[in-house]
Amino acid sequence: MLAGRPAVEAAEQAAHMEPVKGRSLWQDARTRFFHNKAAVASMVILVLVGLFAAFGQFVTPWSNEEIDWALLGSIPEQGGPSWENRHYFGVDETGRDLYARVVQGTRISLMVGIVGALISVVVGTAWGAIAGYVGGRVDTIMMRIVDLMMSIPYMFVLILLLVVFERSIFMLFIGIGLISWLDMARIARGQTLSIKNKEFVEAAIATGVSTPRIIARHIVPNLLGVVIVYATLLVPQMIIFESFISFLGLGVQEPSTSWGALINMGADNMRNQTPWMLGFPLAFFVVTLFAFFFIGDGLRDALDPKDR
Amino acid sequence: MTLLQVRDLDVTFDVMPRGAWPWTKPNKLQAVSRMNFDLEEGQTLGVVGESGSGKSTLARAIIGTVEATGGQILWDGTDLRTMSARDRRAHRREVQMIFQDPLAALNPRMTVGEIIAEPLTTHQPDVSKKETRKKVGEMMERVGLLPNLVNRYPHEFSGGQCQRIGIARALILDPRLVICDEPVSALDVSVQAQVVNLLKRLQREMGLSMIFIAHDLSVVKHISDRTLVMYLGRQMEQAEARELVRAPRHPYTQALISSVPIPDPVREAARERPVLEGELPSPLDPPSGCVFRTRCPKARPDCARARPPLDEVEPGHLVACPYQEVISPLDTPLSEPAEPVG
Repeated sequence: MLAGRPAVEAAEQAAHMEPVKGRSLWQDARTRFFHNKAAVASMVILVLVGLFAAFGQFVTPWSNEEIDWALLGSIPEQGGPSWENRHYFGVDETGRDLYARVVQGTRISLMVGIVGALISVVVGTAWGAIAGYVGGRVDTIMMRIVDLMMSIPYMFVLILLLVVFERSIFMLFIGIGLISWLDMARIARGQTLSIKNKEFVEAAIATGVSTPRIIARHIVPNLLGVVIVYATLLVPQMIIFESFISFLGLGVQEPSTSWGALINMGADNMRNQTPWMLGFPLAFFVVTLFAFFFIGDGLRDALDPKDR
Repeated sequence: MTLLQVRDLDVTFDVMPRGAWPWTKPNKLQAVSRMNFDLEEGQTLGVVGESGSGKSTLARAIIGTVEATGGQILWDGTDLRTMSARDRRAHRREVQMIFQDPLAALNPRMTVGEIIAEPLTTHQPDVSKKETRKKVGEMMERVGLLPNLVNRYPHEFSGGQCQRIGIARALILDPRLVICDEPVSALDVSVQAQVVNLLKRLQREMGLSMIFIAHDLSVVKHISDRTLVMYLGRQMEQAEARELVRAPRHPYTQALISSVPIPDPVREAARERPVLEGELPSPLDPPSGCVFRTRCPKARPDCARARPPLDEVEPGHLVACPYQEVISPLDTPLSEPAEPVG
C-alpha cells in the first residue's frame, strides 16, 4: 500500500469503500483485560457486591434500625443466622438485623471508596497535568501546595474536622477529598512531564492548538491509563481509610453504618460467642478489597504502555 | 518573491550548571548564531550539518516553538518576533512542520482522521464535520493513503505510512512553508526515496516552499535548490545545491561531502579525502574565532582571532572561511551525474 501506480488506483477505488474500523489502544487493553481470569472473576464479584448493595434490602423484611425485641435477651443463643426468623446474617448486639446493616454498610463503604477515587481522578489529574504542562513557576507553586498538604498529619486534621464540625458522612467526604488527590497529582505530573516532550505535542503547539486544548486532547488521554490503574487501587485504600476512622468511632453516625463500624462492633463482641457479627462484614470487606486489587493489577497489565 | 528572510538570527538557551543554586547565573548555550538566509516562494532550502549543529533549533525558531533571542525573521517583510501573540497564532497555519520520528509525532490515542483534521479544526472551527471528513479523505489520497483507513490508529501503520500521515496533517491547511526536520532519517532507504519523491511532487503541485533538514547530503542534494551548511550553530557555507556538491569551498563542507561512502570498495579504498577528527566541541564553550578551527585540516594560527565573515566568493555562493579554495573534484557518489536517490 506504499506509493506506486497500482496503489494510487487502489486508493481511488478504496475511496468509495466503507471506512475500516480501527482498533484503538483502549480496545486492545480491553481485550487483554478480559484474558486475565482473576481480573474478570473479580469484576463479577464486584458486580455482585454492587447488586447486593443496591437491591439487597428488598429481600429482607427487616430494616437496618429496627430492633427485634424477641431476641434481645438471648442474642448469643438465638441471634445467629437463621432462615426461620429471616435474620440471614443474624442480629447485632442490640438486636438489629445484621443483613440489613451489612447492605447499608456496603453502600456507605463503596460510596466512600468511589467518591474518594473520583475526586482524586478529577482533581488530581487536572492539577498534575496543568502543573506539569505549564511548568516553570506555576509548576513550583502548585506542587509545593501538594507537598505542604502532604506534610500535614491528615489523620489529625480529619479528627479535628469531625470533632469541631458535626460528625457526618458529608464531613467524611470532605476529609477524604482533601487528601485523596495528592498522590494522584504527583503521578499525573510526572507522567505529563514525559508526555509533554513527545513530538506529537510539539506538532500540536506548532499547529497553533491552544494550551487548554492540548492538555485536554493530547496530555490527559495519554495519562489516563496510569490514572485509571491508580484509581482502582485507591478505592480499597479509601475504604480502609474510612473503616479506620469508623473503627476509631469517628466515622458514620448511628443508625447508619459502614464496614468499618460493623467490624468494630463485631470485634467488640468477640468474647460473647457471636462470631457472625465479625464474620459477615469482614468477609465482605476482604472479598471486595481483593477484587479491587485484582482488577487494578489486571488493568495495569492491560494498559501497560510498554506493551504497546 | 522572497517569502522568508532570516537576518542575524540568534537562539541562546540558559543552561543551569549541575548542582547550581537558584540564584546562580545560568550558562549561555548559543544554539544558533547570526544566521542569515533568504527563502524564495516555491523554493527548497536544504540545511545540513552534524548532530548538534543547531539545525533543529533553527527550524523551531522559525516555527516559533523556541524563542529566538536576537535578529529578525521576516515573513513577507514583517518580523515574526514583534508580531502580537494572536497574529502569531493565526500565522502558524502558514508554516507547518514534518517531524523526524513519524510514530512519535502522532498522538497514539487519536485516530488518523482526527490527527489529520486537527489543524483544520483549530484554525477553521466553523467548518462542518462533513466538509472536514471530505478534506481529510482527499488529503489522504493525495499522500498515497487509503481514505478508508481514517478510523485506524497510528500504531496500526508502518513508519513510511506514519510519515505520510504526518505530511497529510502538515499540508491540510495549504501552508506556504513546510519545515521538514529530518523527515526520512528514521525510515528504510527504500521508503526514504518514496517519501522524498512524494514531498517533491506535493511541493510542485501545491507551490510550497520548504526548509529541508537532513544530515544525509545525497537526500538534500536531490530535493533542495539551495543548501546551507551549519556547524555548531554557525553558517559555514551556502550555495546552490548542485554547486555546493560540485565545488565545495569550506573545509567543513569538503569533509562532509568526502565522508559520503562510495558503494564500490576499490574506489572507496583508493580515494583521498580530508578526514574529520575529534568530536563536536561543546556549544557551551565554543572555540574562539572560527568554531571549526579545532577540527579543520587547514587551520592556521590566526583562525582563532576573529570569527570569519560570510563572504560571497561567487554570485550566490557564500563561504565563512578566508582560506577557502576550490579543491580538485572530490571522488564521491554525489559527484556522479546520475542521481543517487529516487
